[in-house]
Amino acid sequence: MRVIKLSKENLFPFLEVISEKTGLWAPVRKPNSGHVFKEIDDFAQIDLDYTRTILPPKKIFLPPSFNMFKASKNNYEEDFSHVSPKILFGIHPCDIHGLLIMDRFYSYVFDDPYYSKARDNTLILGHSCWPDENCLCKSTNTHIVEEGYDLFFTDLKDSYLVWIGSSKGDDLIRVKAELFDENIAEKDIQNFIQWREERDEAFQTEINFSAMPDLMELKYNDTLWEKLGDACLACGSCTNVCPTCNCYNVHDKPALGEDSSQIVRCWDACTLENYSEVAGGENFRKKRSDRLKLWYTHKLQAYISKYGKPSCVGCGRCIATCPVDINVKTVAHTLDGDKVDSFWNRFHEEVRK
Amino acid sequence: MSVEKNELNPNNPFLPEPARIVRMYPLTDDVKFFQVRIADMEKALAFKYCVGQFAMLSVLGAGEAPFSISSTPSRPGLLEFCIRKAGTVTEALFKLKENDLIGIRGPYGNGFPVEKIKGKDVLIVMGGLGVAPLRSVLLYCLDNRDQFRRVILLHGAKKPSEMIFREEFLDLKQREDLECYLAVDEDDTKEWKENVGVVTTLFPKINDINPENTFSLVCGPPVMYKFVLKELVKLNIPKDQILMTLERRMKCGVGKCGHCAIDYIYTCLDGPVFTYWDIIHMRELI
Ligand code: SF4
Ligand code: SF4
Ligand code: FES
Repeated sequence: MRVIKLSKENLFPFLEVISEKTGLWAPVRKPNSGHVFKEIDDFAQIDLDYTRTILPPKKIFLPPSFNMFKASKNNYEEDFSHVSPKILFGIHPCDIHGLLIMDRFYSYVFDDPYYSKARDNTLILGHSCWPDENCLCKSTNTHIVEEGYDLFFTDLKDSYLVWIGSSKGDDLIRVKAELFDENIAEKDIQNFIQWREERDEAFQTEINFSAMPDLMELKYNDTLWEKLGDACLACGSCTNVCPTCNCYNVHDKPALGEDSSQIVRCWDACTLENYSEVAGGENFRKKRSDRLKLWYTHKLQAYISKYGKPSCVGCGRCIATCPVDINVKTVAHTLDGDKVDSFWNRFHEEVRK
Repeated sequence: MSVEKNELNPNNPFLPEPARIVRMYPLTDDVKFFQVRIADMEKALAFKYCVGQFAMLSVLGAGEAPFSISSTPSRPGLLEFCIRKAGTVTEALFKLKENDLIGIRGPYGNGFPVEKIKGKDVLIVMGGLGVAPLRSVLLYCLDNRDQFRRVILLHGAKKPSEMIFREEFLDLKQREDLECYLAVDEDDTKEWKENVGVVTTLFPKINDINPENTFSLVCGPPVMYKFVLKELVKLNIPKDQILMTLERRMKCGVGKCGHCAIDYIYTCLDGPVFTYWDIIHMRELI
């Protein structure tokens, strides 16, 4: 891998040339709510001083709702209108790991063209980050990335170290090579080492991830699940914000007065009540506790069997989002034997009233 | 991974292929038989599947649902389904007529491990709509009769009028190379000449089971499993030679939508056929 340097004042000029013909998506601050990935029309909107966006970048590849087909009596016309060339700038390591999990998932046995076409049309320009109290990515070992990006920008105060991760990334640099500096000085390396050390120490939350698969197994029938099930509102928010949740539903929406339909695919959540219903109305997972168990089996124990590894990338979104504090941190700490007193106390007072 | 990909539309596994309903007629009050042919002749003939696999059928305006294939790959060209009215898609299917078009995708799922079963005794136990996937196996065994040793069929229904494929199975009783036992819980017709009682009452009728050399294939309503499994274990049939096919809310069939997840497996890819051992091993299976 090649590493070069970019001085900070050259960032926007660089983004400007590469986004002339391609939509640029980057984090933007939304008043009173947080950051979102948004298509940029004015560079001043870009706010790189963010921890996590409300929704993960999965929404750029598979929007919450989009058309798969325009269907008529004997013809299904494919609709790929959600796919367009994009540059995604400012994505953090945990979210890049999230995309790597999605990549494997959506190409496993059958290739999902709605995902892969959107993915192939998007350049990934990662950006380094600084953890807050909810970031778990050091425990999930997703706080650094070695693959999955075209370029990666490490912020060293007055300049960036730019890691070139693909030949497409290399092409981007060549569009305006004069903005970059090929020479990395000894001082830059020292700065990078110092940055890494300080960042490693800035993590405030830890989960003993390697113990989770065994503990999930051993505590499968623990009363903790019933308690969590009682409190869960079945709102599905945790699923919507998680970068590795992929479930969806498909609806056939007939056009009024015509013999045609839109086949619409929209995000679904295993935490919702009717998720596991089969034809005839039987529901294999009527209990909220059973649905939470499924969610946490995937996040903490293993994803699909062949993937063989938990699917939490430690982004902290479920922690920031769940209205009743059910999240990987509280669940993992409880499994690990901690009482997490403040959590359970508040839980009993507020939630179980 | 046992899924062998044989897609109708390799570039987009979600794209339904037009298929025509060749025949349809009622099997019971709420179950209908559908025989369909993929409209594109070349694709119809190239369509390959294994016994125990399923397909997604779609009706414009109503949506898509999974159905076990009830025909056998040993009779190519036409696909058969037996479908119970139980939701939007099946209601729409019931309203169609012969010659109407539907959409089809597939085949999906692992299917029964036919190669392992070859040369062995086959004990098929079915009830209710469990005939849908198991009729495929049964016809396959009969079409390739020399490749299997004993073929035994136990079939249970509530009443004669609810026995799916009743006439077909009664005819099969004539065959010398099939041990066929049929039972109804109660006979409301007074014309039933076969057994009366639940399906497990048929077990004493089969003798000299050689458990090590027997594969048992089971499918039926959830209540049936418990009792049938007990009988099979009593016969000493090894747990990994007892195969069952399970229903889940499959939405995509190709391991993407997540709806069929159990623990950390996806039934549409790793199932719908599981061994009794898998079922003991995975907590949520039944
Ligand atoms: S489980 Fe929570 S912390 Fe882990 S990836 Fe999903 S939203 Fe992020
Ligand atoms: S765990 Fe929290 S965010 Fe998830 S469904 Fe339950 S209440 Fe909603
Ligand atoms: S049916 Fe969609 S993942 Fe199995």
